[in-house]
Amino acid sequence: MIVFDGVEKRFGDTVVLSDLSFTVAPAEHVTLIGPSGSGKTTILRLLMCLDSVTRGTIRVAGQELTGDEKRSRQVRRRIGMVFQQFNLFPNMTVRGNLIEAPTRVLGLSKDEANARAVELLDLVGLREKIDEHPSRLSGGQQQRVAIARALAMRPDVLLLDEVTSALDPELVAGVLALLRDIGETTDITILCVTHEMGFARDFSHRVMMFDGGRVIEDAPPERLFTAPEQPRTQEFLKAVLGR
Amino acid sequence: MIWDWDYAIESLPALLRGLQVTLLATLLGSLLAFALGLVFALVRRSRVPVLSQLVWAFVEFWRSTPLLVQAILIFFVLPGFGITLSPLTAGVVALGLHYACYTSEVYRAGIDAVPRGQWEAAAALHLPRSRVWLGVVLPQAVPRVVPALGNYVISMFKEVPLLLAIGVVEVVTVANQLGAQTFRLVEPLTLAGVLFLLISYPASLLVRRLERRVGVL
Repeated sequence: MIVFDGVEKRFGDTVVLSDLSFTVAPAEHVTLIGPSGSGKTTILRLLMCLDSVTRGTIRVAGQELTGDEKRSRQVRRRIGMVFQQFNLFPNMTVRGNLIEAPTRVLGLSKDEANARAVELLDLVGLREKIDEHPSRLSGGQQQRVAIARALAMRPDVLLLDEVTSALDPELVAGVLALLRDIGETTDITILCVTHEMGFARDFSHRVMMFDGGRVIEDAPPERLFTAPEQPRTQEFLKAVLGR
Repeated sequence: MIWDWDYAIESLPALLRGLQVTLLATLLGSLLAFALGLVFALVRRSRVPVLSQLVWAFVEFWRSTPLLVQAILIFFVLPGFGITLSPLTAGVVALGLHYACYTSEVYRAGIDAVPRGQWEAAAALHLPRSRVWLGVVLPQAVPRVVPALGNYVISMFKEVPLLLAIGVVEVVTVANQLGAQTFRLVEPLTLAGVLFLLISYPASLLVRRLERRVGVL
């Protein structure tokens, strides 16, 4: 589904990703872990075309992301992203946030988009908030709306960028439960950057440990969290898990 | 000099007619400045460097020259190029162009204040460029700059008397004409000043109230 082939990303002289190659299979859930600045979020931003690669290629469903504009636009539409800071549009209601892209990009009628919005708000448990503005919602509610907004575009690939990092601790569990539910009930390919190791462990099919812009360990969670091979992974897990 | 109340009252209807012209010039000039300022701000962000630099150069040049010179240029020089405008139209164009250079900076600041995450969320939803601007960025940027725009409207209102130079019969022109006819300038000019005060002070209070509300979307 997703192929990174010799990808390098530099910001000026700083190398953020270096000769990075990996693949993600359809419907696979991959969690990217590692210290801050190790390049995890950059991977999601490259996939979302918010940044461009310095060298190498990224392919999604066989289509190069940076290739022919018209064809790459088609494949880009199959990717959705949820941000750490939610980034809901404050000038729109929850309904407006959910129907904007489906009507403008997918060409759904307002009724169709509205029905989809209600269905998704039921999924995230916020149907009664449909006509509220984001500023009237808690952080956890805003993030659940942001997840619903990304799902409204019916993505094949969902990118989750530290979606619980900006939340109060008591709101984290609700969002993670929602993501688990989505992971179990859909066949969306999910790439997730998180510091929630418990979530990474039971949500992921694979965990990739990053350091210095490279993947230093790539393993199923049950192995990576119990018997990491690399000393750097052991050190990182010891620091974040406190053991 | 003795204040003559009878003469003052007698002058008032003509001054109020002049005030109507002042308000009309302010209103039309503001609308032009708001629209053109937005166009300038958007072109300044254009991906075509030549276009953005041309607008930048024009804005810098026009902002650095006096409104009076610009009004005279538009009214007296443009006819030489086949463009003849009435005094009021020339005045409105001068005001609109001059203040557009300032409002473009105001819009620019408002657009820059929209968090980067909003642009990225719009990109992540694959919204077309027109919707990113019209549906996401401008609805957030414009409310933030309304007080600043309001301040420019008040400032423009107080600069309309400069159009006296091109024959726009606004309130100060009327006061001058009355003074020329009667050789008494104190009453009409004082009343003209009071009329400006009566409008610009409440307007500035309104702008201050708006400033307090900005940020609540």
